[in-house]
Amino acid sequence: MEKVLNWIDARFPLTASYKAHLSEYFAPKNFNFWYYFGSLALLVLVIQIVTGIFLTMHYKPDAGMAFASVEYIMRDVPFGWLMRYAHSTGASAFFIVVYLHMFRGLLYGSYRQPRELIWLFGVLIYLVLMGEAFMGYLLPWGQMSYWGAQVIINLFAAVPFIGEDLSTLIRGDFVVGDATLNRFFALHVIALPLVLLGLIAAHLVALHEVGSNNPDGVEIKKLKDPETHQPLDGIPFHPYYTVKDILGVVVFLIVFSAIMFFAPEMGGYFLEANNFIPADPFKTPEHIAPVWYFTPYYAILRAVPPMFGSQFPGVALMGVAVLIFFALPWLDRSPVKSIRYRGPKFKIALGLFVVAFVGLGILGILPSTPLYTLIAQILSVVYFAFFFLMPWYTKNDTTKPVPERVTSK
Amino acid sequence: MSDISVDTSKRRFLVALSSAAGGIAAVGAAIPLIGSMMPSARALAAGAPVEVDLSKVEPGMILTVEWRGKPVWIVNRTPEMLALLGKHDDKLTDSASETTSQQPEYCKNPTRSIKPQFLVAVGICTHLGCSPTYRKEVAPADLGPDWAGGFFCPCHGSRFDLAARVFNGSPAPTNLVIPPHKYMSDAKLLIGEDQAA
Repeated sequence: MEKVLNWIDARFPLTASYKAHLSEYFAPKNFNFWYYFGSLALLVLVIQIVTGIFLTMHYKPDAGMAFASVEYIMRDVPFGWLMRYAHSTGASAFFIVVYLHMFRGLLYGSYRQPRELIWLFGVLIYLVLMGEAFMGYLLPWGQMSYWGAQVIINLFAAVPFIGEDLSTLIRGDFVVGDATLNRFFALHVIALPLVLLGLIAAHLVALHEVGSNNPDGVEIKKLKDPETHQPLDGIPFHPYYTVKDILGVVVFLIVFSAIMFFAPEMGGYFLEANNFIPADPFKTPEHIAPVWYFTPYYAILRAVPPMFGSQFPGVALMGVAVLIFFALPWLDRSPVKSIRYRGPKFKIALGLFVVAFVGLGILGILPSTPLYTLIAQILSVVYFAFFFLMPWYTKNDTTKPVPERVTSK
Repeated sequence: MSDISVDTSKRRFLVALSSAAGGIAAVGAAIPLIGSMMPSARALAAGAPVEVDLSKVEPGMILTVEWRGKPVWIVNRTPEMLALLGKHDDKLTDSASETTSQQPEYCKNPTRSIKPQFLVAVGICTHLGCSPTYRKEVAPADLGPDWAGGFFCPCHGSRFDLAARVFNGSPAPTNLVIPPHKYMSDAKLLIGEDQAA
């Protein structure tokens, strides 16, 4: 055995990689509940890739056959229903896990120096994930697939000057049709997953270069054991955090299975009722709404009235709402990282931001009425204020002193 | 080892030159890739004109036909409907059809049509591309007492009158598109071809 290992190690850094990323990768010893979601995101990625591969064996990316092929998977393919429900539940689970993972970053300042690049790669992953989810949603070729894609692609048409050509380029036709379905399939199944894997690798390489942040926002690499040169507050990722993460995986899979087996449609939030009707280019469903994970941005889009005979302002604002996450490391001017040592101003701001994000998410599902539009406008202002006022309220906050070493609360 | 000093400026020039050449090659390779994503010859050919028999459209009724994959409405407007059209100009964003991209020149008139009786319009909302619903009834409960018949977009609540003109306060920025069309005879309409001037 050792001989084999030596043979490999002379040709490939197997033992060295195992040590660098697992057995001698030192993570802070005070990780809490919020640190489950990174590894869970990786688990969901594996679920999506595996179930996705098996779904492509039966799915037909053709406007005339797509809807029927999904029904075929659901009814006639052995375990096809399981594959499909795992994939559709996985899509929503991905966003739940990623939103919680991002919120963890906000809580403990994980995007702060020296982890800006980890955060930027993370936001890119989030963007690709949105594209992946959007394109995947067209594939069942139901009414919601069709009209959702129609609306989102038309957002690009609102871009001044090049908009019309841009949306034609995306569709490959003058309306959403077979050409659109076929290319979305290609992008969903090959192009974006490859990009996603590359970005996740970069996210992890950058993380393992600088080391994990922790709930105290203390840099554990500052205090090392003089003899072993290991961080005093660090413990090896394996076995300590692999075991911890397995507990998270077990709990997650219990919840995931419960949804997949007993409520895969989640009352119309994970799979919308209108999507069980084949796409009809002549008839828009009575009430169309994107799947829940896009609704905060959709609510922002709807909150902005057309200006100068163009809907571009709303579209631009929606784009800014997503892209603003890139600027976060440079907007935060607080001397401390973790919420534990921040003052009341940041805590209030973060609380309001959560209210705005969740509130916009709920409003994005509901049909628009004048009252709801007004609420959405107020919450949109709160959403942007969280980011744009951040340099001021973080700088002038009354922070508490940060301890030398991590605490074990 | 050579004792000749390295000419760094020559090296930089060569690096810049080969980078530029590589860049041009990359752009060149991108042209066919991006180009292949544009509408195919088949998609372009599907834009052929469509003939419609108007005798099938009863007064007050709507007929939807497909042209270039889009729904096109033909509404047979009754005299009562036409009489109500001019009464809400102040509530419209573009009552005189000033936006030239939204209709051919020969439809830039109060009824936005060649023959006032027939409205021909592309049934795709100028907001985000949903297909509005034909609501011909006057003052229904859900659309309010001012509703004089028109089109209502279920997606984001845009309102259009029976000349497909958008009402103020709708998310849609412009009137619905009137496609090029012409009459072959009294009862035959051709959608997709301009009427001779």
